[in-house]
Parts: sequence; structure tokens; C-alpha cells
Amino acid sequence: MTLRTEPFVINMGPVHPSTHGVFRMRVTLDGEVVVNLEPVFGYLHRGIEKLAEERTYTGFVPLTDRLDYVSSMSNNFGYCLAVEKLAGIEVPERAEYIRVIMTELQRIAAHLVSIGSFFNDCGAYFTPFLYMFRERERVIDLFEMTCGQRLLYNYMRPGGVSQDLPDEFMPALNKLIPQLKKYFEEYENLLQNNEILAARARGVGILPKELAINIGASGPTLRGSGIRWDIRRADPYSIYNRFEFDIPVGEQGDCYDRYRVRMEEMKQSLRIVEQAAKQVPAGPVRSKVPHLIRPPVGEAYSHIEAPTGDLGFYLVSDGGIAPYRCHIRAPSLMNLTALRDMIVGWKVQDAILTFGSFAITMGEVDR
Amino acid sequence: MANILGSGIIKGMAVTLTNLFRPSPTTQYPEQRLTVSRRIRGTQLVWSMERCTGCATCARTCPQGVIRIVTHQGAKNMYEVDTFEVDSGYCIHCALCVEACPYDAIFMGYNYERAKYRRNELVMPKSDMAIEHEQASGYYHPDIARTLPEQTLLVNWEKNK
Ligand code: SF4
Ligand code: SF4
Repeated sequence: MTLRTEPFVINMGPVHPSTHGVFRMRVTLDGEVVVNLEPVFGYLHRGIEKLAEERTYTGFVPLTDRLDYVSSMSNNFGYCLAVEKLAGIEVPERAEYIRVIMTELQRIAAHLVSIGSFFNDCGAYFTPFLYMFRERERVIDLFEMTCGQRLLYNYMRPGGVSQDLPDEFMPALNKLIPQLKKYFEEYENLLQNNEILAARARGVGILPKELAINIGASGPTLRGSGIRWDIRRADPYSIYNRFEFDIPVGEQGDCYDRYRVRMEEMKQSLRIVEQAAKQVPAGPVRSKVPHLIRPPVGEAYSHIEAPTGDLGFYLVSDGGIAPYRCHIRAPSLMNLTALRDMIVGWKVQDAILTFGSFAITMGEVDR
Repeated sequence: MANILGSGIIKGMAVTLTNLFRPSPTTQYPEQRLTVSRRIRGTQLVWSMERCTGCATCARTCPQGVIRIVTHQGAKNMYEVDTFEVDSGYCIHCALCVEACPYDAIFMGYNYERAKYRRNELVMPKSDMAIEHEQASGYYHPDIARTLPEQTLLVNWEKNK
């Protein structure tokens, strides 16, 4: 006797604990196997690119915080680089170092959230997540000390950073570095060789190299597939060419590899912070920039390696005080385009796991 | 080591066990309070009647356009501020107004507990923002920051467990 099965369509999301925001996957199932998947997004669309056109160049900085809200510092950084390129603004040396320290700490904090929520999706509900959050809290404390807020920092400005580091910052950072090292070690013991995790995540949700390149994936998603591509090395910006760090890559591009890449990347970020903290020079943190920046007519594109991937800002100026057009290359959105190919043929549980391993932020996908 | 089945799980359990004997880093919020940052951008703005000249630089800088200023010409070519209100329901607490003010008349607030039942209660008239009653935060004002208590940091927590 053969069992006749019928495809069944279910909507996962928009409000679903595993979708990291308001994202809907319309999956067609045959039994437990996914036969088709259609991502539906746009629930969090706020028109940030359009809003840029009616804000001054500095006034848009707080809105960039709201793109990838777990890595606001990186968004600030990418945007400020684009404005500086457009208007030809110089950045003081000290500000460059502060920016690097901040973005690398931010990368650690963002990866901690990504890894924690990845384990949530694996089914280790909230225990690893809270381990990660404890360490994230230490980093966030330092951000709060510097810029007064814990999530939407609005710290960088075209031409530097908004204000100097407080006196307590450096002692706290020097305490933080060995502590993070110790806790990273603890995470490795906690989960690296865990057999259940390996059985769950190894060989699941494979992103082949060719596909990864063709869809324009970036960040840990691309490096998990074994491609050594990091904007910090491939197209160095700011002062990244002064630091020593490695680019960790995965082997076959499964969920486990993406998790490993994030884990290793955090250690490399810590290495950069350590080097930068030793070299920070004294001096001003903000160059003389007019209150209303009026860049010459033209356009500029600059991109950085954000925790999710290659984050780019494209600005067009018509000589006024606000951008004529602002476009944001959102790495989360690009990575998401691989979702269908990676999930079709797998089971529903693997769909959730694969989606979780991208660690996308809906704020950035929908903008 | 890794190829003995179950060794990874046992290693993980050891980590869990050590954490069982560590003091908890969480606090029970309304009863126990941590000291916030000296530069906190609280849910409020603080404004000084004496220093403000009514130049409206802050209102023009605000990316959200939530500062409303009405002035009239007073004695000696000075503006007198009749209305100064901030709709803190739309304010994103970016502190760009604080950085822009040329006369140091507007500050971020140190207070962060300002939940209200209705949206219109969030509109702050100048009496709510007076620097005489409200503590200003040290954001962009290092002289005020020095007078505020030091922030509780989790990095210092291990030492005094
Ligand atoms: S608060 Fe400052 S910027 Fe705003 S009107 Fe008064 S003096 Fe001008
Ligand atoms: S904090 Fe920002 S949004 Fe709020 S009033 Fe000041 S400039 Fe406007």
C-alpha cells in the first residue's frame, strides 16, 4: 500500500520565535520535507533610505543605528566613511583607533547574539543564549559608558566620534580582554565538541561555494563556505592594515561551519582590540567639520565588514545639506536570497536551523 | 578525546556545573538598582531657562523635528522663550540637539523612568525640563559627568563576588 501525500502550505511567521524579527517563510511541505519556500519580508520597512533625503548628513547617523540594531556601531562607521569620502573629510588618528576598538567590540557583541540565537534554534532553548548575553553585557557596559546608550549608540560622526572616551574606559577595557578570553574558552568547552550539536548542525543547510559567490553572500555566511574574503583585508578601510589578524574560514559551508567561523572571528576581533588598545594615541577625536556639511556634487560608495557581512553605503550629493539619494547594501538581505536553495529538500526543523545560522537582522533586511 | 562518544557533552556539563557555583550577575530591578552611566541619554531632556537664548539651533538640528520653540522679542534685543516643548514620544534620544546648542542650555536627562499612560503626557513643557528640578546627565558635558556617581560595571563584578 502506498501512502498518498499532499503538499501542505504553512506560514511560518511573521511572528514566530525562530524568525529573529518579523519575517515570514511560506513553506510548502510534503510530510516533513520542505518542497518549496517563499520568503516574505517587508514587515519592518521604515523607509530609512528615503528618510535620509530629508535629514542632514549628521542627522542621518542616529537612523543608521536602526538598520542592524545589534551592531549599531558598525552601521555608524560605514555611513560616516561614506560621508567622509563624499565630502573629503579627514579623521584624526585617535578617532580612527577609537572607531576600530568600538567596531571590533561590536562585532564580538553581535556574534554573541548570533551564536546564542543559533543555539536557540537548535533547541538548546535559552541556556547558551544567556551565557552569551552575560558576556555581551560586559561589552555593552563599555558602550553605555562611552555614549550613554546600550543599543542605539549614535557614537560616530562624519569627521570622528562624538566625544572622547571617558577616563574609566581604558582600565575597564583592559579588564575586559582577559575576561573575554576566559569565557571564549568556556564556550568552546561548553559546545564545540558537543555530539548533539554536531549531529544536528553538521552537513545541514549546505551553501555551496559557487552559489555563495553568485548570490553575493558575504560575512560569516560566505566564509563558512570556505572563501577567504573579508573587506578588512580585501579592500582595507580606516586603519585595518595596521593590525594583525587572520580570516577564519569553514570547510563545507554547513550550519556548523558558520557557527565556527563566528566563534573564531570573535577571537580575532579580540586580537585587534588588544593591539589597538596598546597603540591609541592622544589627540583630538573630531576634526573641524561645519555644522551643516555640504559635500560637492558627486557620489561616493564605501563599504565595511559588518558582523553580518559587506555593508555598503552609497550616497549621491547635489551640493545641498541632505543626501540626494542614499542606498544601503544590506548584507542580511543578500544572504537571505540563498535561503530557498539551501532549505528545499530538508526537513522543517532544518529550515529553522539554517535560517538561524545566517543570523540576519530584519531591521537591515527591510530597512 | 573528541572521538569518545559523549566526552563533548561531559565537558559541557562541567562548564554548566562551574556556573552553578558562581554568583548570579543578574539583579532584581525595581528593588535593586545599578548605577547607570554618567553619560546616560535618559528618556528626558533637561533645559536651562537662564542660558537659552531662543536661537532654535537645537530645533533645526533635531532629525525628528520634535522641539517646538515660540519666542517673542524682549528687552535689549533678546528673545524671550514663551514655549519650549519636546515631544518625547517622537524623540529618539540621539542627543544631537545637546551637541548643537551653542549656549549649553540643553542637556540629556539622568532620569530613565518616565513611562506614561498616554502619548500626550509625553510632551514635555519647559516646566518639566527645568534644570532646577531635574538632574542633567554628563553627555557632552564632562563637568557634570564628574559630579555623578560611577557606573556599575559587570567587568568589576568578579572581583567582589
Ligand atoms: S536650547 Fe540652545 S540651541 Fe536650543 S534655542 Fe536654546 S540656546 Fe538655542
Ligand atoms: S535628542 Fe534627538 S530627537 Fe530628541 S529632541 Fe534632541 S535632537 Fe531631537
